[in-house]
Amino acid sequence: MAFLEQSQRILLPVNPAYIALTLVLALLFNLMPWRDVFWLPDMVALVLVFWCVRQPRRIGIGIAWFLGLVMDAGNGALLGQHALAYAVLAFAAIGLHRRILWFSLWRQAAHILVLLLACQLLMLGARLIAGGEFPGFAYFGGSLIAAALWPTATFLLLLPQRRPESVDRNRPI
Amino acid sequence: MDYQPPPFFSRGPAPLVRLAFFVSLAVLLMVLDARFRYAESLRQVVALLVYPLQRTALVPVELFSAAAEFFTTQVALKRENDELKTKHLQGANDLLTLEALRAENAQLRRLLDARERLSVDSTLAEILYRGRDPFSRKVIIDKGSQQGIQAGQAVIDDIGVIGQVTRVHPLLSEVTLITDKDQRTPVQVVRNGLRAVAFGGGDRGTLDLSYMAANADVQADDVLVTSGIDGTYPGGLPVAKVSRIERDPAYAFAKISCIPTAGTEQNRQVLVLSSEAGFPPLPAETEPRAGSLPKQKRVRKRE
Repeated sequence: MAFLEQSQRILLPVNPAYIALTLVLALLFNLMPWRDVFWLPDMVALVLVFWCVRQPRRIGIGIAWFLGLVMDAGNGALLGQHALAYAVLAFAAIGLHRRILWFSLWRQAAHILVLLLACQLLMLGARLIAGGEFPGFAYFGGSLIAAALWPTATFLLLLPQRRPESVDRNRPI
Repeated sequence: MDYQPPPFFSRGPAPLVRLAFFVSLAVLLMVLDARFRYAESLRQVVALLVYPLQRTALVPVELFSAAAEFFTTQVALKRENDELKTKHLQGANDLLTLEALRAENAQLRRLLDARERLSVDSTLAEILYRGRDPFSRKVIIDKGSQQGIQAGQAVIDDIGVIGQVTRVHPLLSEVTLITDKDQRTPVQVVRNGLRAVAFGGGDRGTLDLSYMAANADVQADDVLVTSGIDGTYPGGLPVAKVSRIERDPAYAFAKISCIPTAGTEQNRQVLVLSSEAGFPPLPAETEPRAGSLPKQKRVRKRE
Protein backbone atom coordinates (compact mmCIF):
# COMPACT_ATOMS: atom_id res chain seq x y z
CA MET A 1 0.00 0.00 0.00
CA ALA A 2 2.86 2.36 0.71
CA PHE A 3 4.15 2.40 -2.85
CA LEU A 4 2.27 5.55 -3.67
CA GLU A 5 2.69 8.05 -0.89
CA GLN A 6 -0.42 10.01 -1.69
CA SER A 7 -2.66 7.06 -2.37
CA GLN A 8 -3.74 6.86 1.23
CA ARG A 9 -5.65 10.06 1.11
CA ILE A 10 -7.96 11.67 -1.35
CA LEU A 11 -7.23 15.37 -1.52
CA LEU A 12 -9.80 18.09 -1.94
CA PRO A 13 -9.71 19.95 -5.27
CA VAL A 14 -7.24 22.81 -5.23
CA ASN A 15 -8.34 26.40 -5.03
CA PRO A 16 -6.74 28.43 -7.86
CA ALA A 17 -6.59 31.47 -5.60
CA TYR A 18 -4.43 29.46 -3.21
CA ILE A 19 -1.99 28.64 -6.03
CA ALA A 20 -1.78 32.34 -6.88
CA LEU A 21 -1.32 33.27 -3.21
CA THR A 22 1.56 30.84 -2.70
CA LEU A 23 3.27 32.08 -5.86
CA VAL A 24 2.95 35.69 -4.72
CA LEU A 25 4.35 34.80 -1.28
CA ALA A 26 7.28 33.03 -2.92
CA LEU A 27 7.85 36.11 -5.08
CA LEU A 28 7.84 38.27 -1.93
CA PHE A 29 10.46 36.00 -0.40
CA ASN A 30 12.64 36.31 -3.48
CA LEU A 31 12.30 40.09 -3.60
CA MET A 32 13.28 40.57 0.03
CA PRO A 33 16.57 42.42 0.43
CA TRP A 34 19.03 39.59 0.96
CA ARG A 35 22.49 41.05 1.07
CA ASP A 36 25.29 39.00 -0.40
CA VAL A 37 23.63 35.67 0.35
CA PHE A 38 23.70 33.82 -2.93
CA TRP A 39 22.94 30.32 -1.69
CA LEU A 40 19.36 31.27 -0.87
CA PRO A 41 16.74 28.87 -2.22
CA ASP A 42 14.79 30.18 -5.17
CA MET A 43 11.32 29.90 -3.65
CA VAL A 44 9.50 30.85 -6.82
CA ALA A 45 11.16 27.97 -8.67
CA LEU A 46 10.31 25.57 -5.86
CA VAL A 47 6.64 26.56 -5.61
CA LEU A 48 6.35 26.63 -9.39
CA VAL A 49 7.76 23.13 -9.71
CA PHE A 50 5.44 21.95 -6.97
CA TRP A 51 2.32 23.19 -8.69
CA CYS A 52 3.54 21.98 -12.08
CA VAL A 53 3.96 18.50 -10.62
CA ARG A 54 0.69 18.56 -8.69
CA GLN A 55 -1.60 20.59 -10.93
CA PRO A 56 -0.17 20.49 -14.44
CA ARG A 57 -3.47 21.60 -15.91
CA ARG A 58 -3.81 24.66 -13.72
CA ILE A 59 -0.36 26.08 -14.24
CA GLY A 60 1.78 26.01 -17.30
CA ILE A 61 4.73 27.28 -19.20
CA GLY A 62 3.15 30.68 -19.87
CA ILE A 63 2.66 31.49 -16.19
CA ALA A 64 6.19 30.28 -15.44
CA TRP A 65 7.53 32.53 -18.17
CA PHE A 66 5.71 35.55 -16.80
CA LEU A 67 6.92 34.86 -13.25
CA GLY A 68 10.45 34.71 -14.63
CA LEU A 69 9.96 38.08 -16.28
CA VAL A 70 8.81 39.55 -12.97
CA MET A 71 11.89 38.13 -11.23
CA ASP A 72 14.15 39.63 -13.90
CA ALA A 73 12.62 43.09 -13.71
CA GLY A 74 12.52 43.03 -9.90
CA ASN A 75 16.14 42.06 -9.50
CA GLY A 76 17.64 43.97 -12.38
CA ALA A 77 18.90 40.79 -13.98
CA LEU A 78 19.18 40.22 -17.71
CA LEU A 79 15.61 40.44 -19.00
CA GLY A 80 14.49 36.96 -20.05
CA GLN A 81 17.03 34.98 -18.05
CA HIS A 82 14.63 33.74 -15.37
CA ALA A 83 11.82 33.59 -17.95
CA LEU A 84 13.81 31.12 -20.04
CA ALA A 85 14.85 29.03 -17.05
CA TYR A 86 11.35 28.90 -15.51
CA ALA A 87 9.73 28.00 -18.84
CA VAL A 88 12.09 25.05 -19.26
CA LEU A 89 11.61 24.15 -15.60
CA ALA A 90 7.83 24.12 -15.95
CA PHE A 91 8.04 22.05 -19.12
CA ALA A 92 10.28 19.46 -17.48
CA ALA A 93 8.15 19.32 -14.34
CA ILE A 94 4.95 18.88 -16.33
CA GLY A 95 6.60 16.21 -18.44
CA LEU A 96 7.78 14.34 -15.36
CA HIS A 97 4.77 14.85 -13.12
CA ARG A 98 3.38 11.34 -13.51
CA ARG A 99 6.73 9.79 -12.71
CA ILE A 100 7.74 12.00 -9.78
CA LEU A 101 4.63 11.35 -7.69
CA TRP A 102 5.35 7.62 -7.61
CA PHE A 103 8.37 8.09 -5.39
CA SER A 104 8.67 8.79 -1.69
CA LEU A 105 9.11 12.42 -0.66
CA TRP A 106 12.92 12.31 -0.41
CA ARG A 107 13.25 10.60 -3.77
CA GLN A 108 10.94 13.23 -5.21
CA ALA A 109 13.32 15.79 -3.75
CA ALA A 110 16.18 14.19 -5.69
CA HIS A 111 14.21 14.68 -8.91
CA ILE A 112 13.49 18.27 -7.95
CA LEU A 113 17.18 18.87 -7.24
CA VAL A 114 18.10 17.85 -10.77
CA LEU A 115 15.38 20.09 -12.23
CA LEU A 116 16.44 23.11 -10.14
CA LEU A 117 20.13 22.60 -10.93
CA ALA A 118 19.34 22.42 -14.64
CA CYS A 119 17.38 25.65 -14.25
CA GLN A 120 20.35 27.36 -12.59
CA LEU A 121 22.76 26.02 -15.19
CA LEU A 122 20.59 27.56 -17.91
CA MET A 123 20.70 30.93 -16.18
CA LEU A 124 24.45 30.62 -15.64
CA GLY A 125 24.98 29.82 -19.31
CA ALA A 126 22.81 32.74 -20.42
CA ARG A 127 24.66 35.16 -18.16
CA LEU A 128 28.12 33.94 -19.09
CA ILE A 129 27.27 34.36 -22.78
CA ALA A 130 25.98 37.86 -22.03
CA GLY A 131 29.29 38.72 -20.34
CA GLY A 132 28.56 38.14 -16.66
CA GLU A 133 31.02 36.89 -14.09
CA PHE A 134 31.01 33.39 -12.60
CA PRO A 135 29.50 33.76 -9.12
CA GLY A 136 31.22 30.75 -7.57
CA PHE A 137 29.88 27.32 -6.72
CA ALA A 138 27.98 28.61 -3.69
CA TYR A 139 25.45 29.77 -6.29
CA PHE A 140 24.31 26.16 -6.70
CA GLY A 141 23.82 25.76 -2.95
CA GLY A 142 20.42 27.41 -3.31
CA SER A 143 19.13 24.43 -5.28
CA LEU A 144 20.35 21.98 -2.63
CA ILE A 145 18.51 23.88 0.09
CA ALA A 146 15.39 24.22 -2.05
CA ALA A 147 15.38 20.46 -2.74
CA ALA A 148 15.83 19.77 0.97
CA LEU A 149 12.76 21.94 1.59
CA TRP A 150 10.66 19.81 -0.75
CA PRO A 151 9.01 17.59 1.93
CA THR A 152 8.19 20.66 4.04
CA ALA A 153 6.87 22.47 1.01
CA THR A 154 4.72 19.47 0.09
CA PHE A 155 3.24 19.38 3.58
CA LEU A 156 2.56 23.14 3.73
CA LEU A 157 1.26 23.57 0.20
CA LEU A 158 -1.09 20.60 0.43
CA LEU A 159 -2.46 21.67 3.81
CA PRO A 160 -5.66 23.32 2.53
CA GLN A 161 -6.40 20.30 0.35
CA ARG A 162 -6.25 17.74 3.13
CA ARG A 163 -9.58 16.41 4.26
CA PRO A 164 -10.65 17.01 7.83
CA GLU A 165 -9.88 14.08 10.13
CA SER A 166 -13.48 13.74 11.26
CA VAL A 167 -14.83 11.74 8.37
CA ASP A 168 -18.52 11.65 7.66
CA ARG A 169 -19.41 7.95 7.74
CA ASN A 170 -22.39 8.38 5.44
CA ARG A 171 -20.39 9.79 2.55
CA PRO A 172 -19.53 7.35 -0.22
CA ILE A 173 -15.84 8.33 -0.47
CA MET B 1 -15.64 15.45 -42.98
CA ASP B 2 -13.05 15.61 -40.28
CA TYR B 3 -13.73 14.57 -36.76
CA GLN B 4 -12.68 16.90 -33.99
CA PRO B 5 -12.45 15.82 -30.37
CA PRO B 6 -15.06 17.41 -28.14
CA PRO B 7 -13.99 20.84 -26.89
CA PHE B 8 -13.49 19.67 -23.29
CA PHE B 9 -10.62 17.47 -24.45
CA SER B 10 -8.91 20.40 -26.14
CA ARG B 11 -5.78 21.39 -24.23
CA GLY B 12 -4.33 23.95 -26.59
CA PRO B 13 -0.99 23.55 -28.32
CA ALA B 14 1.31 20.68 -27.35
CA PRO B 15 3.69 21.37 -24.46
CA LEU B 16 6.71 21.19 -26.72
CA VAL B 17 5.24 23.83 -29.01
CA ARG B 18 4.49 26.06 -26.06
CA LEU B 19 7.99 25.54 -24.70
CA ALA B 20 9.53 26.41 -28.05
CA PHE B 21 7.41 29.56 -28.24
CA PHE B 22 8.28 30.82 -24.77
CA VAL B 23 11.94 29.86 -24.99
CA SER B 24 12.34 31.73 -28.26
CA LEU B 25 10.53 34.71 -26.73
CA ALA B 26 12.91 34.64 -23.74
CA VAL B 27 15.98 34.32 -25.94
CA LEU B 28 14.75 37.20 -28.08
CA LEU B 29 14.28 39.33 -24.96
CA MET B 30 17.75 38.47 -23.70
CA VAL B 31 19.38 39.37 -26.99
CA LEU B 32 17.41 42.63 -27.16
CA ASP B 33 18.33 43.45 -23.57
CA ALA B 34 22.00 42.49 -23.63
CA ARG B 35 23.00 43.66 -27.09
CA PHE B 36 20.65 46.41 -28.16
CA ARG B 37 18.89 47.66 -25.02
CA TYR B 38 15.54 47.76 -26.79
CA ALA B 39 13.70 46.02 -23.98
CA GLU B 40 13.87 48.95 -21.54
CA SER B 41 10.23 50.00 -21.92
CA LEU B 42 9.01 46.46 -21.26
CA ARG B 43 11.32 46.28 -18.26
CA GLN B 44 9.93 49.55 -16.93
CA VAL B 45 6.35 48.36 -17.24
CA VAL B 46 7.09 45.10 -15.42
CA ALA B 47 9.18 46.93 -12.82
CA LEU B 48 6.27 49.28 -12.12
CA LEU B 49 4.03 46.23 -11.62
CA VAL B 50 6.55 44.67 -9.24
CA TYR B 51 7.11 47.88 -7.27
CA PRO B 52 4.30 47.30 -4.69
CA LEU B 53 5.60 43.76 -4.15
CA GLN B 54 9.11 45.08 -3.63
CA ARG B 55 7.95 47.63 -1.07
CA THR B 56 5.92 44.93 0.71
CA ALA B 57 8.95 42.64 0.77
CA LEU B 58 10.91 45.44 2.47
CA VAL B 59 8.41 45.85 5.31
CA PRO B 60 9.61 42.95 7.52
CA VAL B 61 13.22 44.06 7.15
CA GLU B 62 12.39 47.65 8.02
CA LEU B 63 10.38 46.50 11.03
CA PHE B 64 13.30 44.39 12.19
CA SER B 65 15.82 47.19 11.86
CA ALA B 66 13.44 49.62 13.58
CA ALA B 67 13.10 47.20 16.48
CA ALA B 68 16.86 46.70 16.61
CA GLU B 69 17.37 50.46 16.70
CA PHE B 70 14.81 50.81 19.46
CA PHE B 71 16.72 48.41 21.65
CA THR B 72 20.10 50.06 21.12
CA THR B 73 21.61 50.45 24.55
CA GLN B 74 22.22 53.82 26.11
CA VAL B 75 25.95 53.08 26.29
CA ALA B 76 26.16 52.58 22.56
CA LEU B 77 24.30 55.83 21.98
CA LYS B 78 26.59 57.70 24.35
CA ARG B 79 29.68 56.31 22.66
CA GLU B 80 28.34 57.18 19.24
CA ASN B 81 27.53 60.69 20.45
CA ASP B 82 31.08 61.17 21.74
CA GLU B 83 32.55 59.89 18.51
CA LEU B 84 30.36 62.19 16.47
CA LYS B 85 31.37 65.18 18.62
CA THR B 86 35.04 64.44 18.12
CA LYS B 87 34.52 63.98 14.43
CA HIS B 88 32.57 67.20 14.24
CA LEU B 89 35.38 69.13 15.93
CA GLN B 90 37.94 67.68 13.57
CA GLY B 91 35.62 68.37 10.68
CA ALA B 92 35.12 71.99 11.73
CA ASN B 93 38.84 72.56 11.54
CA ASP B 94 38.99 71.02 8.09
CA LEU B 95 35.96 73.01 7.04
CA LEU B 96 37.58 76.31 7.98
CA THR B 97 40.68 75.48 5.98
CA LEU B 98 38.45 74.29 3.17
CA GLU B 99 36.67 77.65 2.99
CA ALA B 100 39.97 79.47 2.81
CA LEU B 101 41.32 77.07 0.22
CA ARG B 102 38.18 77.36 -1.86
CA ALA B 103 38.40 81.13 -1.92
CA GLU B 104 42.06 80.97 -2.83
CA ASN B 105 41.38 78.37 -5.49
CA ALA B 106 38.61 80.46 -7.02
CA GLN B 107 40.87 83.45 -7.17
CA LEU B 108 43.67 81.48 -8.79
CA ARG B 109 41.29 80.03 -11.32
CA ARG B 110 40.01 83.45 -12.20
CA LEU B 111 43.58 84.58 -12.59
CA LEU B 112 44.26 81.69 -14.93
CA ASP B 113 41.04 82.46 -16.79
CA ALA B 114 40.02 78.85 -16.17
CA ARG B 115 36.45 77.85 -16.23
CA GLU B 116 35.05 77.89 -12.76
CA ARG B 117 34.02 74.54 -11.55
CA LEU B 118 30.27 74.50 -11.10
CA SER B 119 28.94 73.21 -7.84
CA VAL B 120 27.12 69.99 -8.54
CA ASP B 121 23.52 69.33 -7.61
CA SER B 122 22.91 66.17 -5.66
CA THR B 123 20.01 64.04 -4.54
CA LEU B 124 20.00 62.04 -1.33
CA ALA B 125 18.87 58.47 -1.89
CA GLU B 126 18.68 55.34 0.16
CA ILE B 127 19.87 51.90 -0.91
CA LEU B 128 16.83 49.64 -0.73
CA TYR B 129 18.49 46.34 -1.40
CA ARG B 130 21.15 44.63 -3.36
CA GLY B 131 19.77 43.07 -6.53
CA ARG B 132 19.47 39.32 -6.12
CA ASP B 133 21.62 38.76 -9.16
CA PRO B 134 24.85 36.95 -8.38
CA PHE B 135 26.27 37.74 -11.80
CA SER B 136 26.69 41.47 -11.30
CA ARG B 137 27.18 44.00 -8.53
CA LYS B 138 24.23 46.32 -8.40
CA VAL B 139 22.15 48.03 -5.76
CA ILE B 140 18.66 49.45 -6.02
CA ILE B 141 18.07 52.97 -4.68
CA ASP B 142 14.73 54.52 -3.81
CA LYS B 143 14.82 57.47 -6.23
CA GLY B 144 13.86 57.23 -9.87
CA SER B 145 13.07 59.32 -12.90
CA GLN B 146 10.23 60.97 -10.96
CA GLN B 147 12.87 62.53 -8.71
CA GLY B 148 15.04 63.58 -11.62
CA ILE B 149 17.55 60.76 -11.59
CA GLN B 150 19.13 60.08 -14.96
CA ALA B 151 21.19 57.18 -16.19
CA GLY B 152 24.89 57.91 -16.10
CA GLN B 153 24.93 59.97 -12.92
CA ALA B 154 27.62 59.27 -10.36
CA VAL B 155 26.69 57.92 -6.92
CA ILE B 156 28.84 58.67 -3.88
CA ASP B 157 28.71 58.06 -0.16
CA ASP B 158 30.40 60.21 2.47
CA ILE B 159 33.91 58.99 1.56
CA GLY B 160 33.97 58.40 -2.16
CA VAL B 161 32.45 57.08 -5.34
CA ILE B 162 30.43 53.89 -5.03
CA GLY B 163 29.04 53.58 -8.54
CA GLN B 164 26.98 54.94 -11.36
CA VAL B 165 23.26 54.96 -12.14
CA THR B 166 22.84 52.56 -15.02
CA ARG B 167 19.10 52.08 -15.28
CA VAL B 168 16.26 54.35 -14.20
CA HIS B 169 12.75 53.22 -13.40
CA PRO B 170 9.97 55.67 -12.51
CA LEU B 171 10.41 55.18 -8.75
CA LEU B 172 13.64 53.20 -8.41
CA SER B 173 17.03 53.19 -10.04
CA GLU B 174 19.76 50.65 -10.41
CA VAL B 175 23.28 51.62 -9.46
CA THR B 176 26.17 49.56 -10.80
CA LEU B 177 28.96 49.53 -8.22
CA ILE B 178 32.48 50.45 -9.30
CA THR B 179 33.52 46.89 -8.42
CA ASP B 180 31.19 45.39 -11.06
CA LYS B 181 33.03 43.48 -13.74
CA ASP B 182 31.67 45.69 -16.53
CA GLN B 183 32.12 49.02 -14.80
CA ARG B 184 34.92 51.45 -15.74
CA THR B 185 35.86 54.51 -13.74
CA PRO B 186 38.21 57.21 -15.07
CA VAL B 187 40.73 57.94 -12.32
CA GLN B 188 43.83 59.95 -11.64
CA VAL B 189 46.67 59.28 -9.21
CA VAL B 190 46.70 62.12 -6.70
CA ARG B 191 50.47 62.02 -6.17
CA ASN B 192 51.48 62.70 -9.77
CA GLY B 193 48.31 63.28 -11.77
CA LEU B 194 48.72 60.11 -13.83
CA ARG B 195 45.44 59.25 -15.58
CA ALA B 196 44.12 55.71 -15.75
CA VAL B 197 40.94 53.72 -16.01
CA ALA B 198 39.88 51.54 -13.08
CA PHE B 199 38.20 48.28 -14.06
CA GLY B 200 35.85 46.56 -11.65
CA GLY B 201 37.28 43.35 -10.25
CA GLY B 202 33.96 41.56 -9.96
CA ASP B 203 33.66 38.95 -7.29
CA ARG B 204 36.75 40.04 -5.34
CA GLY B 205 35.32 43.45 -4.48
CA THR B 206 38.42 45.22 -5.75
CA LEU B 207 39.39 47.41 -8.70
CA ASP B 208 42.14 46.85 -11.25
CA LEU B 209 44.17 49.42 -13.13
CA SER B 210 44.56 47.62 -16.42
CA TYR B 211 46.69 48.61 -19.40
CA MET B 212 49.19 50.56 -17.32
CA ALA B 213 52.74 50.16 -18.60
CA ALA B 214 54.96 47.95 -16.46
CA ASN B 215 57.08 50.96 -15.50
CA ALA B 216 54.15 53.29 -14.81
CA ASP B 217 54.71 55.52 -11.81
CA VAL B 218 52.22 53.96 -9.45
CA GLN B 219 53.12 52.96 -5.90
CA ALA B 220 51.33 51.04 -3.22
CA ASP B 221 49.04 53.26 -1.09
CA ASP B 222 48.61 55.77 -3.91
CA VAL B 223 45.20 57.41 -3.72
CA LEU B 224 43.08 57.41 -6.88
CA VAL B 225 40.45 60.09 -7.46
CA THR B 226 38.07 60.66 -10.35
CA SER B 227 39.76 62.64 -13.07
CA GLY B 228 36.61 64.44 -14.15
CA ILE B 229 37.78 64.67 -17.74
CA ASP B 230 34.87 62.66 -19.10
CA GLY B 231 32.19 65.00 -17.76
CA THR B 232 30.33 62.12 -16.11
CA TYR B 233 32.00 62.11 -12.73
CA PRO B 234 32.91 65.38 -11.06
CA GLY B 235 36.68 65.48 -10.60
CA GLY B 236 38.51 64.85 -7.36
CA LEU B 237 36.21 62.31 -5.71
CA PRO B 238 38.17 59.56 -3.96
CA VAL B 239 37.74 56.21 -5.69
CA ALA B 240 40.31 53.72 -4.45
CA LYS B 241 43.68 53.12 -2.92
CA VAL B 242 46.35 51.02 -4.61
CA SER B 243 46.88 47.87 -2.59
CA ARG B 244 49.16 45.62 -4.60
CA ILE B 245 51.35 45.98 -7.67
CA GLU B 246 52.87 43.11 -9.62
CA ARG B 247 55.39 44.04 -12.25
CA ASP B 248 56.17 40.93 -14.23
CA PRO B 249 58.76 41.52 -16.99
CA ALA B 250 57.03 38.87 -19.10
CA TYR B 251 54.05 41.16 -19.58
CA ALA B 252 53.86 44.63 -21.05
CA PHE B 253 51.39 45.78 -18.41
CA ALA B 254 51.62 45.91 -14.65
CA LYS B 255 48.98 44.19 -12.54
CA ILE B 256 47.69 46.80 -10.15
CA SER B 257 44.83 46.08 -7.78
CA CYS B 258 43.15 48.68 -5.63
CA ILE B 259 40.70 48.67 -2.74
CA PRO B 260 37.69 50.97 -3.11
CA THR B 261 37.69 53.88 -0.68
CA ALA B 262 33.94 54.14 -0.27
CA GLY B 263 31.92 51.48 1.48
CA THR B 264 30.55 49.93 -1.68
CA GLU B 265 28.88 47.23 0.40
CA GLN B 266 28.09 48.95 3.68
CA ASN B 267 26.28 52.25 3.54
CA ARG B 268 22.59 52.88 3.16
CA GLN B 269 22.49 56.61 2.41
CA VAL B 270 24.09 57.75 -0.81
CA LEU B 271 24.22 60.93 -2.88
CA VAL B 272 23.39 60.93 -6.57
CA LEU B 273 25.33 63.71 -8.32
CA SER B 274 23.89 65.32 -11.38
CA SER B 275 26.30 65.23 -14.29
CA GLU B 276 25.32 68.48 -15.98
CA ALA B 277 28.65 70.15 -15.45
CA GLY B 278 28.35 72.34 -18.50
CA PHE B 279 30.84 70.47 -20.64
CA PRO B 280 30.99 71.30 -24.32
CA PRO B 281 29.78 68.52 -26.64
CA LEU B 282 32.46 66.03 -27.53
CA PRO B 283 33.94 66.12 -31.01
CA ALA B 284 32.50 63.33 -33.11
CA GLU B 285 35.69 61.42 -33.85
CA THR B 286 37.00 61.04 -30.29
CA GLU B 287 37.45 57.68 -28.62
CA PRO B 288 34.42 56.31 -26.74
CA ARG B 289 34.51 57.64 -23.22
CA ALA B 290 35.50 55.30 -20.46
CA GLY B 291 33.20 55.04 -17.50
CA SER B 292 30.25 56.55 -19.28
CA LEU B 293 26.96 54.89 -20.13
CA PRO B 294 27.03 51.10 -20.55
CA LYS B 295 25.48 51.56 -23.96
CA GLN B 296 28.67 53.04 -25.16
CA LYS B 297 30.67 50.28 -23.55
CA ARG B 298 28.72 47.77 -25.57
CA VAL B 299 29.59 49.60 -28.72
CA ARG B 300 33.25 49.51 -27.83
CA LYS B 301 33.10 45.84 -26.97
CA ARG B 302 31.73 44.91 -30.35
CA GLU B 303 34.38 46.77 -32.26
